[in-house]
Amino acid sequence: MTNSGDSPLKKVCIICAKGTIEDVYAALVMTNGAVMEGIEAKLFFTFFGLDAITKSQMKSLKTATVGNPALRMPGNLPFPTLLGALPGVEAGVSAMMKREMDKLDIPPVDEFMDMITAGGGEIYACKLAMDMFKLKKEDLCDHVKGVLTIGEFYEMAGGSNTQIIFT
Amino acid sequence: MAQKNYAGHTIDVNDEGYFTDSTQWNREVAAAVAKDEGIELTDKHLAILEFLRSRHSSGDALSIRSINKSGIVDVKEFYALFPGAPLKKATKIAGIPKPSSCI
Repeated sequence: MTNSGDSPLKKVCIICAKGTIEDVYAALVMTNGAVMEGIEAKLFFTFFGLDAITKSQMKSLKTATVGNPALRMPGNLPFPTLLGALPGVEAGVSAMMKREMDKLDIPPVDEFMDMITAGGGEIYACKLAMDMFKLKKEDLCDHVKGVLTIGEFYEMAGGSNTQIIFT
Repeated sequence: MAQKNYAGHTIDVNDEGYFTDSTQWNREVAAAVAKDEGIELTDKHLAILEFLRSRHSSGDALSIRSINKSGIVDVKEFYALFPGAPLKKATKIAGIPKPSSCI
């Protein structure tokens, strides 16, 4: 394995625009991973990703059971789209995802954000998407450091060895 | 295999400086490794190192979350005690392999 030698990554700015379990966790794992490595990390939630930092939604994120061709039943059996449309199936599949993640010591969303902010990582919300979804700052969890415009986000993303990652 | 001298003991290490034989570890050696990392060991540090070593010897995966559950320190204190990359530094000082966990 090669590494980046004398020019390591210094800062990552990660954008999450979707609110499914897997989209949110991809962003959280990447952000927390950066913090653990001593890399400055900023996580920016926009559009449906805002669910991850909205107090009333963050504990009930779901995995899509319709329109998700990679979803399979235990034993690798196909998961028919029509089955995914039945009431309760999405909730059941989502509960199973969370159970499997807990086995791997992956924390719930709020605890994950506790870990990120405790390590100095910063979490932000997108102003435009909040206006669109009629959300106010007080609707968001306490981990959110601020509400930003895209211009302010780019201002934060300066400096050499910075990467912007859109998950 | 590379070797390093810590506090008068010759230690087998890999090319990243992690112990390849965790039984070569003792508190004096830990203090010397910590000094190299810019850390002065306190009782709190040692409690964490012992915790990490016991997790390692029982074969449990290490993660930041397991530190939080240890009851010794919370995540914030952990980052303060081992600044920068805490889990990597702490495992190096504890004489155990670099953690392979993503969390």
